[in-house]
Amino acid sequence: MEAAAQPEPQIVIKKSFASSTFMRVVKYTGVRLVVLFLTVVVAMYMTILIANMGGYVDTMMRGEITENVTQSITTNPANRGMPSDQKRAIIEKMIALEIKRRGLNLPLAVRNARYLTNALTMNLGHAINMVSDTGSRTVRLILLERLPATLLLMGTSQLLLFFSSLFFALSLSRQYGSWWDKLVIALTPTSSAPGWFYGIFLILIFAAILRIMPFGGLVSSPPPENPVLYALSILQHLLLPAFALFFSGFFLSIYGWRTFFLIYSNEDYVEMAKAKGLTSRDIERRYILRPTLPNIITNFALTLLGVWGGAIVTETIFNWPGLGRMFYTAIGLYDIPVIVGDTIIFAYLLAITVFLLEIIYALVDPRVKIGGGSQS
Amino acid sequence: MNALKNSFREILRYPSAIAGLVAVLLLVAVAVYAMIAIPYSKAIELWRGGEEVWYTNPKFAPPAWINFFRSKKLPESFHANSADGKMEKVVTPGSQDTTEVKLSYTFDFEADEYPQELMVYFNTTYQDKIPFASISLFTPDGREIRVADTGLAHQQNIRFSQEARLVNRYGGGQQQLVMQGLFSDPKAATPTPLKGKYQLVITGTTFEAGSDINADFVFHGQVSGLAGTDMYRRDLMVALLWGAPIALAFGLLASLGISITTLIIAAVGAWYGGWVDEFIQRITEVNMVLPFLPILIMIGTFFNRSIWTILGATIALSIFGGQIKALRATFLQLRESMYIEAARAYGASNMRIIFQYMIPRMIPLIIPQLVGGVAGFVFLEATLAVLGLGDPTLPTWGKIINDAESNGALYNGYYYWILEPSVLLMFTGLGFALLGFSLDRIFNPRLRGM
Repeated sequence: MEAAAQPEPQIVIKKSFASSTFMRVVKYTGVRLVVLFLTVVVAMYMTILIANMGGYVDTMMRGEITENVTQSITTNPANRGMPSDQKRAIIEKMIALEIKRRGLNLPLAVRNARYLTNALTMNLGHAINMVSDTGSRTVRLILLERLPATLLLMGTSQLLLFFSSLFFALSLSRQYGSWWDKLVIALTPTSSAPGWFYGIFLILIFAAILRIMPFGGLVSSPPPENPVLYALSILQHLLLPAFALFFSGFFLSIYGWRTFFLIYSNEDYVEMAKAKGLTSRDIERRYILRPTLPNIITNFALTLLGVWGGAIVTETIFNWPGLGRMFYTAIGLYDIPVIVGDTIIFAYLLAITVFLLEIIYALVDPRVKIGGGSQS
Repeated sequence: MNALKNSFREILRYPSAIAGLVAVLLLVAVAVYAMIAIPYSKAIELWRGGEEVWYTNPKFAPPAWINFFRSKKLPESFHANSADGKMEKVVTPGSQDTTEVKLSYTFDFEADEYPQELMVYFNTTYQDKIPFASISLFTPDGREIRVADTGLAHQQNIRFSQEARLVNRYGGGQQQLVMQGLFSDPKAATPTPLKGKYQLVITGTTFEAGSDINADFVFHGQVSGLAGTDMYRRDLMVALLWGAPIALAFGLLASLGISITTLIIAAVGAWYGGWVDEFIQRITEVNMVLPFLPILIMIGTFFNRSIWTILGATIALSIFGGQIKALRATFLQLRESMYIEAARAYGASNMRIIFQYMIPRMIPLIIPQLVGGVAGFVFLEATLAVLGLGDPTLPTWGKIINDAESNGALYNGYYYWILEPSVLLMFTGLGFALLGFSLDRIFNPRLRGM
């Protein structure tokens, strides 16, 4: 691989040491960073606007505060003998305090700006209604608590999906037109259904009818004491949701890569390599995988990014305590800090990924010239 | 026109395309049938109707056809009303304005399980003197089981399993055992259903002129209709049928709206270039950061669940998606081609070049994606409904799944409840995906051999 690729980078390196190129790279990197940051800012502001629905959520929260405070004061036995106007004064004072604590007394624009700056500085703050299992209201802790479950589910399914489809696609592109090839093409439309859809079928077959798999959850209840059994129990619970997510992407992913590899294996230089009598393994590695590397990397990066978000519906159907289900719960509880916290991390990760990809592209693909002009 | 004919002929050469086309046409037929058979307003009324609309159906009853697959047959539900003549009615005038009204209904009971419940809904007319009736059930072996003797107010109903006499006689105080008692063979050692002709006889007496008795005999079996029922006794057929036009409308409108707008925006950006293009690129990048499904969920939760709002939001969030970049790249190539240059040379306006020269060239490319995309949006609508964010008034497939999920259908063994809408969803999704997929290979020659 190195032997084939070396001549090209050498030429590029010589060129890029021209004195103006370094400045151009720095300037380009800087501009891209600023643009990406602005993108994140705009996207975040829009998310906050939607999450707050133009102040609608605030109105609702005010009503909720009034109700809770009134209830807790009137039902408190310590206040039983208190005259009603004194009670009312206390209630009003408490309501005002609570509204101030949540910052609801500020104008909408100021509040949104505050959400935005807090989000951008990763100052995730405290949840309004949600509490982590350990009893903390800190958004960071709530997110961190759910992260392992999501990483486990999404990591397993998505990485498996990525590598296995790449592997199968490569072998299919070699036996193009074979029975297996046709089977995969015929099954590709199955990927139009999302993971949760297959999840329901899997629950139906393996949990409801055969009774060999759990209906959902992360671990059996009560959780086993023995760490080995505990891990096995998690594995058993992981199997169905991971397979559902895996299956829903599997055939389309294979088909996509297969077609992609086929297009590349029709290039003249591959024909040339065949004519030279190189082994098919060499051809695959040097002449097919090497030029498609940038695309493979992009896809891998986006796969990793997808892992973070979790799968909202699949996690909900399987009662899997991950970030996806947490996000859905947060929306149901109108918990803006949690919604914003989850989104900003995703936004930053995405922006960083895009930025890194551009650099990696320039490294692995000699055809891409940084700041070269026409291509954006 | 000729080109259309040719591409149609081309389609017929691909078996998968034919399969997809047949599936889609079948769906359209179902959708049209649904809209004609159950008009929109009636569908909504039925779907939102409660006990008063659906009292004749049992709850959680699988469809009747599952008996084909069972060795132990389940009793089917039915009802018979004397007002519309299904129940035999004999009126004999007596002395002093009294009348004897005899209502009877004979039915076959051939099931191996017991029904859920038997009920009689009375509808009587009178001024002052309340009519009176006694209800009896005659079994195939000739026994008469007296069910109830009761005065009949205007709207009276009798539930057999709550009649004290039956509860004491068969259940020893337990209501669940009444049905078993009524339909069992008394000679058998273990409770076995006695098959044969049963007859329900209601003998009523009215005490003034113009007074009348009508009854509706409701037999809640274990299975009901062609689609089964849910927790509100609703016939799932309403939602299964009406799910088709809604899914089709949502999928087609979303896919069409997104494809057309994306096409126009990409063409405009590529043609004008400069800041217009730059602006579109930036919006695309912002859009990429916005989380799609979470935003739809937020809109559904905070704002409005109407299918039109969700449709609008879906389109708005998808216009500046990944597709716009691919289209733009192709348009940039197209812009340099000779025929565009020729058009520019003879002085064609910008609008003319964009709409008459550039966009038409891309239509073959966009159609497969448009058709295939429908599948995704049909599932998107179902996804939102499964999360409880479906349109509150409309009966859709996703909402059936949501109802089933929240009633633990899988856990309690009501498999039909999940399977029926899922199969329809799968059918729709596969149909459109298959068609789009084959169209892609027909219209894009580069893929044709692959």
